[in-house]
Amino acid sequence: MLVLAIDTATPAVTAGVVDLTADSPPRLLAQRVTLDAKAHGELLTPHLTDALAEAGRTFADVDAIVVGAGPGPFTGLRVGLVTAAALGQALGKPVYPVPTPDAVALAAATGEPLLVATDARRREVYWAVYDAAGVRVDGPGVDRPADLAERGLDVRAAVGEGAVLYADVLGFPVVGPHHPTPVALVAVAAADVLAGAEPGPLTPLYLRRPDAVEPVGRKRVTRA
Amino acid sequence: MTDRLILGIESSCDETGVGIVRLGPDGALELLSDEVASSVEQHARFGGVVPEVASRAHLEAMVPTMRRSLEIAGVELSDVDAIAVTAGPGLAGALLVGVSAAKAYAAALGKPLYGVNHLAGHVAADTLEHGPLPDRCLALLVSGGHSQLLLVEGLAHKITELGSTVDDAAGEAYDKVARLLDLPYPGGPPIDRLAKTGNGCAIAFPRGLTGPRDNRYDFSFSGLKTAVARWVERSEKAGDELPLADVAASFQEAVADVLTMKAVRACKDLGIDTLVVAGGVAANSRISGLAAERCAEAGIDLRVPRPKLCGDNGAMIAAIGAHLVAAGAEPSPVDLSTTPGLPVGTIQVR
Ligand SMILES: [Zn+2]
Repeated sequence: MLVLAIDTATPAVTAGVVDLTADSPPRLLAQRVTLDAKAHGELLTPHLTDALAEAGRTFADVDAIVVGAGPGPFTGLRVGLVTAAALGQALGKPVYPVPTPDAVALAAATGEPLLVATDARRREVYWAVYDAAGVRVDGPGVDRPADLAERGLDVRAAVGEGAVLYADVLGFPVVGPHHPTPVALVAVAAADVLAGAEPGPLTPLYLRRPDAVEPVGRKRVTRA
Repeated sequence: MTDRLILGIESSCDETGVGIVRLGPDGALELLSDEVASSVEQHARFGGVVPEVASRAHLEAMVPTMRRSLEIAGVELSDVDAIAVTAGPGLAGALLVGVSAAKAYAAALGKPLYGVNHLAGHVAADTLEHGPLPDRCLALLVSGGHSQLLLVEGLAHKITELGSTVDDAAGEAYDKVARLLDLPYPGGPPIDRLAKTGNGCAIAFPRGLTGPRDNRYDFSFSGLKTAVARWVERSEKAGDELPLADVAASFQEAVADVLTMKAVRACKDLGIDTLVVAGGVAANSRISGLAAERCAEAGIDLRVPRPKLCGDNGAMIAAIGAHLVAAGAEPSPVDLSTTPGLPVGTIQVR
């Protein structure tokens, strides 16, 4: 099956074309990845078009789409999700959301308990904890690195830009890569994609409420 | 040349809109569908649009709104010949959802993409109802986000801003005054309703920027809002029962007076005989009523699209897209980005 992989939950604008079969691991045909936290909206669709061209395929050949659902900074995160949703609708193909840290953990594949921590800005990280088998056992959540460190996480290493940024506070050796790879994104959803399972809702993992304060009303006047 | 289907996507503020327009070989436009999903209720308790709330709502509404619009038009996505999307002006995060979606639809379908100006779309909306505009006309755009006087010399060719608000947009002034009067958000409709039972001449609220030395075409509504606040405060302090309907009517009269006076003045100055009033606030009964009176007196042909086409919607974006396609405009680049501060003179982002 030809699967498009999309993720915009990290500063990486990630687009990939992946071949998926039942009897072998997902295979990368082409990818376009640019590190630019402000360019998701500009670059994602051109990246997909370019990656397909390099793979010698077109949108019409696509069988399914896998998209990282975050958590990640909201503005960029939505680019990947709405792009995937629109492509799925236009092509009449299913779109499978996967938690982005699951793909980051899978790509790192240390074989040991692992913390995924991405940059949530405002001095916080989006995080999730994986056991030695790569199964998520805690998170995803959003916290200050110091609060996370205090929890006494049972991991051997940490991965992600949050792990790099707050390596001192977290105190774990840092491994890579720090962004989800197309192959890892597809691998997370592989069983569902191959089975043609009904995809879950394309709901972003925001983990934070919108910043908005209700106005403190002036003393209301009485109705005449 | 046969008919072409132009799809328009709008997401610059709190409405997710998808409209479909048929462009005939003679340039005639036929509106096939105009679906809008609004997040206005989610903003009500905040007294104004919350950008993050609007952006979240756009993401949720995009595909369902597209599906409804296609169904109503009775067409498939693959029938669409070109896609137009609001590239600006508007809220950055909100625009990004529509532009990202439009780029994906265009790429998947292999169809050209036009990143267009939201304000030009408001003017173009009128051509869906009243047909082509004359070569030169004037447009008064009034909404929660904009208050502008535009000289339109061909929708696909040249739009020049003659004047705009130097502070609050007209719709913003309505929202703020509505809060003062304990009326719900958005403030336009409740003030309009209440004003109908009041006397617009009861209180002489100030008309901003109407002095002999003031800019002939700019607007200012911040002083008016402050004057209403002061008047309400004084009346409360005096222990008087507030004549709500008179306050609403007098405020509305001041807004309508300045807007229509300056629009008609610009028409006369430039020798223009057609005025389009568009934008969400154009649906206001006193503004359109007074514009009709004054245009009739001055021999100006007044065009106001029906209320559904006045607010933000996808059909108006499809309409400006269709005018661009008809004029043979080149599509926008594949790395099209949003421009939250897009000036009105830039009809298409190239
Ligand atoms: Zn508008």
